[in-house]
Amino acid sequence: MKMRKLIASWPAVRQATNLADWRGMGRTVQSERSASLEPRTDTADSVVRSICPYCAVGCGQRVFVKGGKVTQIEGDPASPISRGRLCPKGSASKQLVTHGRLSKVRYRRPHGTEWEDLDLDTAMDMIADRVIKTRAETWQDVDENGDRLSRTMGIASLGGATLDNEENYLMKKLYTALGAIQIENQARI
Amino acid sequence: MGASFGRGAATGFQQDLANADCIVIEGSNMAECHPVGFQWVMEAKARGATVIHIDPRFTRTSAVADQHVPIRSGSDIAFLGGLINYVLQGGHDFREYVVAYTNASVLVSDDFQDTEDLDGLFSGYDPDKRSYDTKTWQLAHRRPPAGSPAGAEKASAGYQHGSGGASPGFDGDYEMDPTLEDPRCVYQVLKRHFARYTPEMVERTCGIPEDQFRKVAEALVANSGPERTSAFVYSVGWTHHTVGVQYIRTASILQLLLGNMGRPGGGIMALRGHASIQGSTDIPTLYNLLPGYLTMPTAGRDNNLRAYIDDQIGQAGFWGHLDAYIVSLLKAYWGDAATPENDFGFDWLPAVNGDHSTYQSVLGMIDGTVKGYFIVGENPATGTANGKLQRMGLANLDWLVVRDFNEIESAAFWHDSPEIESGELRTEDIGTEVFLMPAAAHTEKDGSFTNTQRLLQWHNKAVEPEGDTRSDLWFYFHLGRIIRDKLAASTDPRDIPVRNVTWDYPTEGQWDDPSAEAVLREINGFSLIDDPDSSHGGGKVPVSSYTELKADGSTSSGCWIYAGVYADGVNQANRRKPGSEQSWVAPEWGWAWPSNRRILYNRASARPDGTPWSERKKYVWWDEDAGKWTGLDVPDFVATMRPDHPGDPDGPPEQRLPGTAPFIMQQDGLGWLYAPNGLTDGPLPTHYEPHESPVANPLYGVQSSPLRQVFDRKWNWSNPPVNAGYPYVFCTYRLTEHHTAGGMSRGLPYLSELQPEFFCEVSPELAAERNLVHGEYATIITARSAIEARVMVTDRVTPLRLGDRTVHQIGLPYHWGWRGLATGDAANDLLPGVLDSNVHIPEQKVASCDIMPGRRPRGPALVKLVEDHYSKAMDGHPPAHSTDW
Amino acid sequence: MTIIDRGSDGTDLTLQGIGTPRYDREQRVGFFTDTSICIGCKACEVACKEWNDVPADGLNFLARSYDNTGHLSADTWRHVAFVEQPTTDPESARSGVRWLMSSDVCKHCTSAACLEVCPTGALFRTEFETVVVQQDICNGCGYCVSACPFGVIDQRKGDGRVWKCTLCYDRLRGGQTPACAQACPTQSIQFGPLEQLRERAAARIEALHDQGVDDAQLYGDDPGDGVGGFGAFFLLLDKPEVYGLPPDPVSTTRDLRTMFNAATAAAFGLLGIAAATLLGQRRG
Repeated sequence: MKMRKLIASWPAVRQATNLADWRGMGRTVQSERSASLEPRTDTADSVVRSICPYCAVGCGQRVFVKGGKVTQIEGDPASPISRGRLCPKGSASKQLVTHGRLSKVRYRRPHGTEWEDLDLDTAMDMIADRVIKTRAETWQDVDENGDRLSRTMGIASLGGATLDNEENYLMKKLYTALGAIQIENQARI
Repeated sequence: MGASFGRGAATGFQQDLANADCIVIEGSNMAECHPVGFQWVMEAKARGATVIHIDPRFTRTSAVADQHVPIRSGSDIAFLGGLINYVLQGGHDFREYVVAYTNASVLVSDDFQDTEDLDGLFSGYDPDKRSYDTKTWQLAHRRPPAGSPAGAEKASAGYQHGSGGASPGFDGDYEMDPTLEDPRCVYQVLKRHFARYTPEMVERTCGIPEDQFRKVAEALVANSGPERTSAFVYSVGWTHHTVGVQYIRTASILQLLLGNMGRPGGGIMALRGHASIQGSTDIPTLYNLLPGYLTMPTAGRDNNLRAYIDDQIGQAGFWGHLDAYIVSLLKAYWGDAATPENDFGFDWLPAVNGDHSTYQSVLGMIDGTVKGYFIVGENPATGTANGKLQRMGLANLDWLVVRDFNEIESAAFWHDSPEIESGELRTEDIGTEVFLMPAAAHTEKDGSFTNTQRLLQWHNKAVEPEGDTRSDLWFYFHLGRIIRDKLAASTDPRDIPVRNVTWDYPTEGQWDDPSAEAVLREINGFSLIDDPDSSHGGGKVPVSSYTELKADGSTSSGCWIYAGVYADGVNQANRRKPGSEQSWVAPEWGWAWPSNRRILYNRASARPDGTPWSERKKYVWWDEDAGKWTGLDVPDFVATMRPDHPGDPDGPPEQRLPGTAPFIMQQDGLGWLYAPNGLTDGPLPTHYEPHESPVANPLYGVQSSPLRQVFDRKWNWSNPPVNAGYPYVFCTYRLTEHHTAGGMSRGLPYLSELQPEFFCEVSPELAAERNLVHGEYATIITARSAIEARVMVTDRVTPLRLGDRTVHQIGLPYHWGWRGLATGDAANDLLPGVLDSNVHIPEQKVASCDIMPGRRPRGPALVKLVEDHYSKAMDGHPPAHSTDW
Repeated sequence: MTIIDRGSDGTDLTLQGIGTPRYDREQRVGFFTDTSICIGCKACEVACKEWNDVPADGLNFLARSYDNTGHLSADTWRHVAFVEQPTTDPESARSGVRWLMSSDVCKHCTSAACLEVCPTGALFRTEFETVVVQQDICNGCGYCVSACPFGVIDQRKGDGRVWKCTLCYDRLRGGQTPACAQACPTQSIQFGPLEQLRERAAARIEALHDQGVDDAQLYGDDPGDGVGGFGAFFLLLDKPEVYGLPPDPVSTTRDLRTMFNAATAAAFGLLGIAAATLLGQRRG
């Protein structure tokens, strides 16, 4: 039986026994791999609704995930704005999120000539200390007329336009509570 | 647009472009920079619309347009002013619309003097302060406005209510002439102001031949009116100028005259550049604003909450509830610590007292006053005008935090930058301590973006970030948490706000990510009064609209214009009903501010009596039987206000406006053809030359905007105008294949291979004049720097004839830098830091330069080349103050 | 598969079928690339590479307008050509220049020489009548490379096998739209049953001619041409050679096929004679 199946799968035999494909350029030469192909999106563990991070058109994206990794990002046909389409940047989103990303904190000490490793928690603590110190050193209670300022001019921030609304909100809230006012973003640029 | 209509945002939505009969794209290269949105332009074209592209270069947008009109960079006000003149001289305005919905009929103060009278200046100019007193700009009132005429006494102020109307001082009780014949009425003032913007003047200023100009004018007029609408599309080609705000004003005036605002297929589509640029002004990380376009307190003026409110609250329209918006914000910020007794913690807000925008911060870094800097998803070392200035600032900090996907130029400046290469900086001498933190991508976090049409759309986390990679939400939440821990025991009064700020967000996941939905709920806001009947089990109930906000502390809202995004306890930004299963307006996809309205001012899509202007263009109308406004969209109006409502002077602020006033954020409810307030540099747009121009202003004796902000100092000298040393105009722009300064594209193989090198686009004529060889290198020089680019000689760039002279323009895509896969010099290094006086945006779209064949020198020779060229242009004189020019 | 859509209104989400043309197995599908609405964004190039894991093929500045890809190859299965032309039409308000853009791709010929010369059965015609290389069979002999009249099929460096557009065979088997057509922002690349596409193209060309776009022409829609018509055909705004396409492509095996058929007939004839002879002998 096994032998018969093997012989039956031999292209020449398939060619000879399949009159529609007697020249052997169609189904008879289809390999097992070809016969079992399916889109990798069909076997994804999950598909996540998302929005393209590039321009302000706001195209819908579907992010396909398998084994904790992004395996495909494509346009979301349900979006009334983009109707499933993406530009080259949007189409390159998978490469954006998977290709050559930095994954460790890098630290350069004053006057240093090399990057150094730094533990994330340590980095967070050091940054907090620097904010507190700079703020204390540059604090302004009032201006020359005695009018209230309650601020520091020693700290500035510049945000990009791919930040989420929620991120911008927390940034502005924290900085405002700290009295830092030179808080800007790409909209000004 | 804020000054003209009441809200500084796109007035419609991209899909609605398909309904336009004519689309004018100017100051935007939409097909290249917003390709997927451009499908709606193509759709309109397929339905028979005329598509016109006005741009210095013939781009991929021009290639599919019906008409491309080459224009000299920096001359758009002259062109648009020419169109306004054409409309007014020919009586082509949509008269019924103009009389009912704009301030055309209002009389202007007797004391007002126009640029016609003063050769390019308006009355009230103070040359020492380089600012205007706006007293003479005011409109004539039948009786003095209630309260103090604060607006009349103030120096001109930049527009801050991006979402809202005028400064106070108006009650709409104007002297008016509905016949539009009184010489003092706005219509006649406008007509005189633009009278000199003739087709001949347009040709001499913009380089646009008269027949091309007429073709555009005729298309616009033919496609406007009750049956037809035309749309304008612009982008940073308009905003990146020293008179950028006035560019948009000019288009606003034109669209009001043609009756295209608030109607389907009409409006002005402001195409924002990036995923959440609109969001980052709505919930601003901007020095002068609090969420929802509330202003930061100004020292000396807003000494307490009452003063802050009195100074800004509107007497009519929805800014009349500013007290509810600010108090609700303070409740969101400080929670229970904000009480009526302590002014809801108003004093815990820091105060501003001048321009603290990013350019000033950079100068502060160089001067040593700014010591610590956070760069979060931005790359100023290549992405901002005058990169050297930026890098010199970075090199003089105490500490710097950079959060990005990779080691971008702004993180690497200390060991890898043009200044290290030229020897101007040495790594060992740079004292800046740098923390480079890997940032999470959109697939690795929950959150919302606000797109170009004010639409909030939620993206869901797909995978966890790896290693030390974290979201910016994580970073700021935990940074705040650590700082609060460290200051918990502090008794210093300055630490009260940071100790009181509400910071109790729930965390989730393996990295203790704060819940983004919890933050969105706070942004939306709550009713703080316990409601035992609530389906939410009592406690805080999300508000469903900003109309529910109160000034007594019983509500909170982190951003009043976003109130409603969490209505009914549902994340409305995550609504994803397929477009194919709803109307073309698609109101159930995401959530648009304000109140899910997709076309703003849509009351104007109906006649004053509430019936549609035409069947073809019906959108929102009055339903007499139901006693309310109805239609395809959420009415941008008080839903039950009758069209014949006379305006109730004693009612709540929104009821004080009549039922015929579509611009509900304005205190008079009218579209402002003439803007007596809200602008620093004039109530009407006026053509001024760019700061650096090889052309003398053909219209007025004043060369450039008298109010433009310049910083004459080392590393930021200006090219003198009309100077043989810098004879050419250049313009920077983007390509489809890359993203801004390249941080999200130059590291990707698939994008880098599509546009691997920096190039400059020149006409065959300029190539011949300067011996530039296609495919070889050229060096481009300004007073700031010299950079090299591959030469692209193309017919798509055309020399312009301005009367008897020719102007050559050079195109420079600005994506490159020296790191990543596709590397090249940064075009932004050529630009000066020179700003618009209204919004402090740099003039990045036009400046002057010289160009020569071959590569630039390396090392110190580069600095010498730039200095020698400048010195020669200045004829040996030392650097001068460019404001004198 | 779970669909993560937290906090939404619970709308039913179907992954397939929205905006995807309906087509059946055993139905010939293809591309109609309408270059008159192409905006040259190159989304097709990138979407193709992302889906099919096609390697990047180098940072080469070609100084050929905005084309830095050059041509179709083993590592480029969609290629957008950019053609800048001076125009002299006095009615044209286009600044004296016209910029043509066109996304090229494997034509999936009705009569595909590459397939006909393949000695291993690596190239085959699928149930959608597309022409696909089976990478598990291809041995890199390269006969197909010289057979293709368009220079589409190409050997990959360091791999040796030949690679080209599969019309996203795996996606087709899953009922989806090929990646390039799915991404295309303006629907310049249209996917669907070939017969439908041909009808649509005929209507489109008529509309363009009515608008006075006289040079608009279809390329590869004619089953009577030298390759029996393309499975992926085009609407061009100028002659094919302007875009770098052969004006009158002919299958390199067309004559071979005639010869083969003649030879087959002859063989059967001979066989018949032999059989008759044998039978005759038996009878005898």
